Amino acid sequence: MKKILMPLVMVAVLALIPFIGVQYAGLSYLFGVIVPYLAALLFVAGFLYRMVDWLKRPLPFNITSTCGQQKTLDWIHHDKIESPTKPWHAAVRVLSEVLLFRSLFRNNKAEVRKGPDITFASSKWLWMGGLVFHWSLLIIVLRHARFFFVMVPGFADYLDQADSFLDVTLPAFYVTDALALSAITFLFVRRVMDAKLRIISLPTDYFPLFLLGGIVAAGVVMRYIAKVDVMPVKDQMLRLMSFSFEAPGEIGALFYVHLFLVCVLLLYFPFSKLMHMGAIFLSPTRTMLNNTREKRHVNPWNAPVKFRTYAEYENEYREKMKKAKLPVEKE
Amino acid sequence: MSKYLPKQADLIKEFEEKPSPLKGDYADREWWEMPYEFREGNFCFPAKPEVIEELGFPNPRKWAVTDDDWKLPDGWQKTLMDGMRERIKKYRSLKLYLDSCVRCGACADKCHFFLGTGDPKNMPVLRAELVRSVYRGDFPMVEKILKGFAGSRKLTTEVLKEWFMYFYQCTECRRCSVFCPMGIDTAEITIMVREILQLIGLNNNWILAPVANCNRTGNHLGIEPHTFVQNIESLVDDIEELTGVTVNPTFNRKGAEILFITPSGDVFGDPGVYTMMGYLLLFEHIGLDYTISTYASEGGNFGFFTSNDMMKKLNAKMYHEAERLGVKWILGGECGHMWRVVHQYMSTMNGPADFLQEPVSPVTGTKFANAKVTKMVHIAEFTADLIHHNKLKLDPKRNDHLRTTFHDSCNVARGMGMFEEPRYILNKVCNSFHEMPENTIREQTFCCGSGSGINAEENMAMRMKGGFPRANAVRHVREKHKVDSLVTICAIDRASLPPLMRYWNPGVSVYGLHELVGNALVMEGEKKRTEDLRENPMTGIEEKEGDVD
Repeated sequence: MKKILMPLVMVAVLALIPFIGVQYAGLSYLFGVIVPYLAALLFVAGFLYRMVDWLKRPLPFNITSTCGQQKTLDWIHHDKIESPTKPWHAAVRVLSEVLLFRSLFRNNKAEVRKGPDITFASSKWLWMGGLVFHWSLLIIVLRHARFFFVMVPGFADYLDQADSFLDVTLPAFYVTDALALSAITFLFVRRVMDAKLRIISLPTDYFPLFLLGGIVAAGVVMRYIAKVDVMPVKDQMLRLMSFSFEAPGEIGALFYVHLFLVCVLLLYFPFSKLMHMGAIFLSPTRTMLNNTREKRHVNPWNAPVKFRTYAEYENEYREKMKKAKLPVEKE
Repeated sequence: MSKYLPKQADLIKEFEEKPSPLKGDYADREWWEMPYEFREGNFCFPAKPEVIEELGFPNPRKWAVTDDDWKLPDGWQKTLMDGMRERIKKYRSLKLYLDSCVRCGACADKCHFFLGTGDPKNMPVLRAELVRSVYRGDFPMVEKILKGFAGSRKLTTEVLKEWFMYFYQCTECRRCSVFCPMGIDTAEITIMVREILQLIGLNNNWILAPVANCNRTGNHLGIEPHTFVQNIESLVDDIEELTGVTVNPTFNRKGAEILFITPSGDVFGDPGVYTMMGYLLLFEHIGLDYTISTYASEGGNFGFFTSNDMMKKLNAKMYHEAERLGVKWILGGECGHMWRVVHQYMSTMNGPADFLQEPVSPVTGTKFANAKVTKMVHIAEFTADLIHHNKLKLDPKRNDHLRTTFHDSCNVARGMGMFEEPRYILNKVCNSFHEMPENTIREQTFCCGSGSGINAEENMAMRMKGGFPRANAVRHVREKHKVDSLVTICAIDRASLPPLMRYWNPGVSVYGLHELVGNALVMEGEKKRTEDLRENPMTGIEEKEGDVD
């Protein structure tokens, strides 16, 4: 329980801090200007640092996971994606992991029954939940572009329209808001209900879920219930985009909760498992090519190793070899 | 029967009654509070001091896994942490795979050891967490601010013993890496942890004794040159008796076109020797100009389960010998981890092999472009090409007494991508071949439960558990299609699957692919074949004989 409650309380406290700070202490400058700049700076610097830190480490060996037929004799069909031999094969493989969660799609559920007997059942729930979760969040983030530019970029307009096609509330209801909240709930419930997941989950797994849940919830309340005036929000975002240090105008405290939680997410991101966003592009089992017998992969630190040479071997066994009529180098 | 082999009834009872997260039970305890126990049958004996000394490894001593005091050297924590830091610098894979797990749990029920034991620490994610929990503690600042939050812990003797237990309950089979959305390969972590455990003298005799043998005699079994030759010659005699054909292998012969290297289990072990007989018949059939070396007399590489330096050291002999003998290229026999090493590591470690030529089949003229720089061809690629070009006279009816299924060996499957060649050959040399269920073959194949050097007798209980998912899949085709023959292309499989089958599926025998090729080959000048290479009667042949008479 503690590992669920601790992160939950943390997110609640984090949400209260800006609310109290702005509502009662008048710290809107701190939460509207200083914290966002700091968070953005640390996010960019931290993210880049982590990526560079990974990239500068060598790949001494080729360790492709081959999930399909290798390239071999001409008449045997070569699985180009699951056993890539050209960079574009691997690019398709990695992108299909990033965009479609290809490996997760393979997921199945094994069960041990009386007998004993193991049965396998298709299990695409995690794949679907994960896909909905990540895509909704991506669309939500992109949609927010309209707050950051004077002229709303075309793609943001388009996403906005597509996302609100249901047109059931005022302002128009975004499908992705519901999808994101459902997916977060699903991912949380899964961690709690499945015994395997309950054991492997750490506070650091619940924290980002609660944090994202808090961010989306604050956004939803702002839009549909509190109906926070968006014009001063957009003004403030535009100021931040132009690196201005002017104080923000009159905005409801709820907005600062939303913004502060986003800042916490940005700060937390580079130092946590959320960095899987960058790591997935680098995973050697997926990025490397299955062509090591065709093209030599070079290990930059290929350490010299002394091995037992044939001469040493023959020196030890020469008499025995001669008796067995084996040819020898030295009589 | 081995004293380490649990009674089947006891094991089934344990399966069915012991609570496990696999069955939805939750101990209501954090994994790091869950106890583990070394008991008879679930661990391998440590390497003997003389073996460690011969290899020049640290901390040779007499100790037992069940002792409280493992006689660790002073400052062992520092040695391990320094060793880990060094490897995190040298291997991007290790660093990435320690950093990027989101604990989604997709890998959990993919591990054969988890399916066979129900032990939560055998979920790949937790196996890696055993290390991650210590590695996260390596950043004291994070630890101080977020105590308990990041789930980090100190490297104590208890943690160390846990590492020793669970990193020798991983066979580096990489099944989890197929399902991981991040492509995390637990084998990378296991390989590195085993490597650093060597630094303080924690290891297993079943790995290090073959390593020492291989270094000295050229092969894992420690067969000296004269015995090696005698053994193959006795197989030559057996072949002559069975088929009336004399095959003529040569040894250490300079100027041969091809150097043939196979695991020494094929020369000395049952049922590997029948696979060897298959190779010898095949080479005779096509008149191959080849030689076998007594020095590079091992295809397998237990160095791979020791440290990457040791892997490189043992593997170096192949090219060294190929250069000395002046052959054009190397042909490799059936083996799992040998082929992971040859396919993914060899040219990087021991190459470039410029003294060899791009492999070309002397019979069909096919260029093996996929082996252009390593200059080493897999026997299944070689034979599939021969059959495709109609160069072999085969009578698949000679395998009619066998109803077969095919076990993809982990390393050849997930570390090489060879799925079709062996199936093509199998379909050409026998008439009855049935696939196991799709979640248990090809890239999703299950390990035999004994790979990566844990095939020791004293580890039998664990092997029977880890091998259960594979055995269960075999049982499936046994019940459905009356399969009685499990065909593999791996020497460790040939050694470890027979006891697994005896235990879970009595009546199923284990075969090498080229043993079946040897059965089916119609040799020039052969006498009437009524028995297969194991001297088991072929079906339908005797009646025919009666007809003729």
